[in-house]
Amino acid sequence: MNGRDAQVAPPLTVADPSAAAQRDLPDPARPTGALEAARLALLRDLQLAFRKRSQLVQPLAFFAMVTLLFPLAISPELSRLRELAPGVIWVGALLGSLLALEFLFRDDAHDGTLEQYALSGQSLMALMFAKTLAHWLLTGLPLALMSPVVALSLGVSAAALPGILLAVAVGSAALSLIGSIGAALTLGIKRSGALLSLLTLPLSLPVLIFGARATQLAIHGTSFLASLELLAALAVLGVTLAPLAAAAAVRISLE
Amino acid sequence: MRAFFDMGGYAAFVWPAYAVTLAVVFLNIFWARRALARSRQEARRRLQMQGEAS
Amino acid sequence: MDWTWFHKLASPPHVYALAVRLTPWFAWPAALCIAAGLWGGLVLAPPDYQQGDGFRILYVHAPSAWMSLMVYVTMASAAAVGLIWRMKVAHAVAASCAPIGASFTFAALVTGALWGQPMWGTYWEWDPRLTSELVLLFLYLGYMGLRAGIEDPQRADRASAVLAVVGVVNVPIIHYSVTWWNSLHQAPSVMRLAKPEMPPAMLVPLLLMLLGFTLFFVALLLTRLRGEVLSRERAASWIREVIRT
Repeated sequence: MNGRDAQVAPPLTVADPSAAAQRDLPDPARPTGALEAARLALLRDLQLAFRKRSQLVQPLAFFAMVTLLFPLAISPELSRLRELAPGVIWVGALLGSLLALEFLFRDDAHDGTLEQYALSGQSLMALMFAKTLAHWLLTGLPLALMSPVVALSLGVSAAALPGILLAVAVGSAALSLIGSIGAALTLGIKRSGALLSLLTLPLSLPVLIFGARATQLAIHGTSFLASLELLAALAVLGVTLAPLAAAAAVRISLE
Repeated sequence: MRAFFDMGGYAAFVWPAYAVTLAVVFLNIFWARRALARSRQEARRRLQMQGEAS
Repeated sequence: MDWTWFHKLASPPHVYALAVRLTPWFAWPAALCIAAGLWGGLVLAPPDYQQGDGFRILYVHAPSAWMSLMVYVTMASAAAVGLIWRMKVAHAVAASCAPIGASFTFAALVTGALWGQPMWGTYWEWDPRLTSELVLLFLYLGYMGLRAGIEDPQRADRASAVLAVVGVVNVPIIHYSVTWWNSLHQAPSVMRLAKPEMPPAMLVPLLLMLLGFTLFFVALLLTRLRGEVLSRERAASWIREVIRT
């Protein structure tokens, strides 16, 4: 169903060597290391996502839609919109990232893959990191690439655009990491969208604050390095802690 | 006495603040006791059902 | 050192009996301290030279804010203990804390707003303290929402414990970033509490209120804990005794 067939198997070692040779799977004599397992999990997620390309566009469409709301609700004057641009970009990116978060673990939990990951003996932390990285590549990075377009539509000058792209790229990575914790905790809860947002948003506030600040400085043409560094620090903190918390949460959900 | 209730002109703010806080205090007492009573009732029911099952 | 007393805390019947015995020892002193604090704060303390009698809101706002933070830290600590040592009683403590903390966070926000209006001319001010307090309320609500959303009690305990620990790690980060954000925008008069310069007549009622509320929290916690412990226990024997009394 939904193209999630046996051809993209979870990264386990395989018992039958001849089958392994035919299907180009890892050599059973050499057990899969954590890094290899993570790479396979990442590739799997990316492959599965590309089979449903229409879904990839949804966060981007949402981002564009949210951007449209503000001029309509406030004023078409570019000078005013420029003032609001940092806020609009970041709220839109944050909400867009949240939208896709529900599906981070849902399908895998549904078809038992997550359980396989937990039982595989591989580092669940590494696999969580791989899945979160996939989420960022599929959601956060596209949002970041779209943010210059959004910024232009709000009257931001072209000189600020690279800085904005960079800030949203780093910030959205932090958001994916933070969000993975909430997604893991709410696994299996029906209609968890609102609860997931309630859990994730307070934890995302520092990212929002520093990200918007970096964007604002970029728009004014001043150096935004300090804010960007703080943003990067949050992302690094996220990389260190979030997969750990997410792995713990997944194990709890599967108990 | 009148001066006390007037709170130097700030009565409209001071008294509601105290009222809200004390309301929260008493609500907490009420809720805690009610939660305990409910748990006891539930435990009683569970024991009864277990007693019937055995 | 003899750690038996600590290990006994893992035993639900022991904890239940302890809670029953200890509650009055916290409840009555709490009532006394709060009554004395109210008398001292409302009647005995002189009016502030700047804020007049309006400053008396301090005597309910500060304890509420203190409660909101202290209860969250208690909740997260108990959650961590429950996760690490797999103690059901610790999870019961964490569950008991949440509604208490959330309600006092709400009180802190309301009293803060009521203090703000006469002092700053506005009911709400996005200053770091109030904003952080608001975020704390959302952390509590998220915790309670997660607990309510998960049906299996053990899973609910452990999942919300992870959330509490993640939250407590974030509280300093959130507070720092909110303070930083606030300083950028040069927000007007932040609420100043002239603590060192407070004369004893003003300070003592405050300390009494803080102490009284803390004791009150313990009494509340013990009461709720009894119910939480009961609901986690399937073993019949000790419960039978308890229900009969």
